[in-house]
Amino acid sequence: MPSLRREDVAHVAKLARLTMSESELDKFTEQLGQVLDHASDMNALDLEGVVATAHPFGLINVVREDERRPSLDHDVVIAMAPDAEDGRFAVPRILGEAP
Amino acid sequence: MKSVRQTALDVQHGDASALSVLEESLARIRARNEELNVFLYVDEEGARAAANAIDERVARGENVGALAGVPVALKDNLCQTNIPTTCSSKILEGWRPPYSATVVDRLVVAGAVPVGKTNLDEFAMGSSTENSAFGPTRNPLDTSRVPGGSSGGSAAAVAADMTPLALGSDTGGSIRQPAALCGLIGVKPSYGLVSRYGLIAFASSLDQIGPLTKTVTDAAMALEVIAGHDPLDSTSLPEPSPSLVAHVEDGVAGKRVGVVRELIDGADEEVVAAVERAVEVLKEAGATIVELSVPEFRLGLSAYYLIAPAEASSNLARFDGVRYGLRVDAEDVTAMMEATRTAGFGDEVKRRIMLGTYALSAGYYDAYYGQALKVRTLTIDAFRRAYQEADVLLGATTPSVAFEFGSKTADPMAMYLSDVFTIPSNLSGEPAISIPFGIGEAGLPIGVQLLGPGRSEAQLFAGARVLEIADGRP
Repeated sequence: MPSLRREDVAHVAKLARLTMSESELDKFTEQLGQVLDHASDMNALDLEGVVATAHPFGLINVVREDERRPSLDHDVVIAMAPDAEDGRFAVPRILGEAP
Repeated sequence: MKSVRQTALDVQHGDASALSVLEESLARIRARNEELNVFLYVDEEGARAAANAIDERVARGENVGALAGVPVALKDNLCQTNIPTTCSSKILEGWRPPYSATVVDRLVVAGAVPVGKTNLDEFAMGSSTENSAFGPTRNPLDTSRVPGGSSGGSAAAVAADMTPLALGSDTGGSIRQPAALCGLIGVKPSYGLVSRYGLIAFASSLDQIGPLTKTVTDAAMALEVIAGHDPLDSTSLPEPSPSLVAHVEDGVAGKRVGVVRELIDGADEEVVAAVERAVEVLKEAGATIVELSVPEFRLGLSAYYLIAPAEASSNLARFDGVRYGLRVDAEDVTAMMEATRTAGFGDEVKRRIMLGTYALSAGYYDAYYGQALKVRTLTIDAFRRAYQEADVLLGATTPSVAFEFGSKTADPMAMYLSDVFTIPSNLSGEPAISIPFGIGEAGLPIGVQLLGPGRSEAQLFAGARVLEIADGRP
């Protein structure tokens, strides 16, 4: 199994939208490495042909009639947002500087 | 406080008012909450209104439900309409949910009175409640020690006699481990028996809600109320709530009890001794004892600490500062999300998100997550083989009694190892119950665990009751 490198941790932090300081990168590389090392006991196993289980019971799609039913109140939901405008969630700009 | 059963009887018969029961609970919370840090929020006003409403219904001669007037503590990852719900995280501080979890609605319909929200390891990630953003909870039995986790606040509420009933959630042992460390009954039901609607998700294929109480009958009463199909949870089992209380006194005569070496090896001597005493008690009660070895259980920890973080990394992606909770402003939306998550999540949550993101990322998926899902299959198959030879399995709940603050915080792997006996049941989706059985050298309770096949809760309660009586709690 590949061992965890500091640059892997930096890359994963970026994917997970977390900012890591230099000292945090060191700490997390060591700690996550220990968990992955412990998990290497699974590598000794011959799992050829074993089916993966993503869920304890065989899940099937649950469907219902496509009919209108009550849901959360729009105004109540919008009122929870850190920022809203005209009944919609407001966020900082999502594109680069306007030309 | 009186038991759940006695409280409900008293209130139903008009021998005690729901309000007087509630006032006793609130007084006990006021007396020790500052010292123990059990409740993050106490809803005195709402609870009084609910108690008064029950008393009015009793006065009118109405049926007030199986849990009439029972004060209940809710782990703070369970939503309750307009009551602050934090998951012990700064990222949700101040958030008030617009709806209640199905379990909360069912408790209220049955006459229970929610009194407040209890502390937990942030997003239920931890085994000591030391990972809470709002400070650790202290074990009421020895305040220099942890109450366990992640449902540490719920366990402490019952152990400190603040409420006779609390709900927790169990993803890898988070109900059973604190129950063991605080001397309580803790139940992790079959996956799908209890609706997860309104439980803030940690690892959706492993999470289950269950009760913490002082008696087996109390736990059975509470589980009967919260179990049963819920159309709002697509993983909810299709059948109605099973009959449990009626089977508590069924005993274990003729049952085969499998004593599993891998659920004992590595535990402290006094814990091993407690399991051995439990074996003798069950044998005397008419059970047949079968010695079993299930080596696959040893692999459970490795599989769990990849599967649970993988699911968590996906579930916690929703905390992005857009729709609810904390927002840290920044110049563009991506920077805002990153600043919000960096400020809002604590170290353990970040560790798990990172671990899960890594295990799911391109190039590592097969080696880690894919491998873990196959080991999950091995664990389930191993349980199935064990249940051909035994009706229930017996082991320790935890390797040791309650440990001291700070003793495992610097070493995440040491903390993770305290879940080694509880994790297999989460991987298989099967029920397990922790029962206090004996006291260790430090004067702290020891928990033993009964495990059973899917939907065998009634059988587990019956076994637990035999141990409860033998441990001096008739």
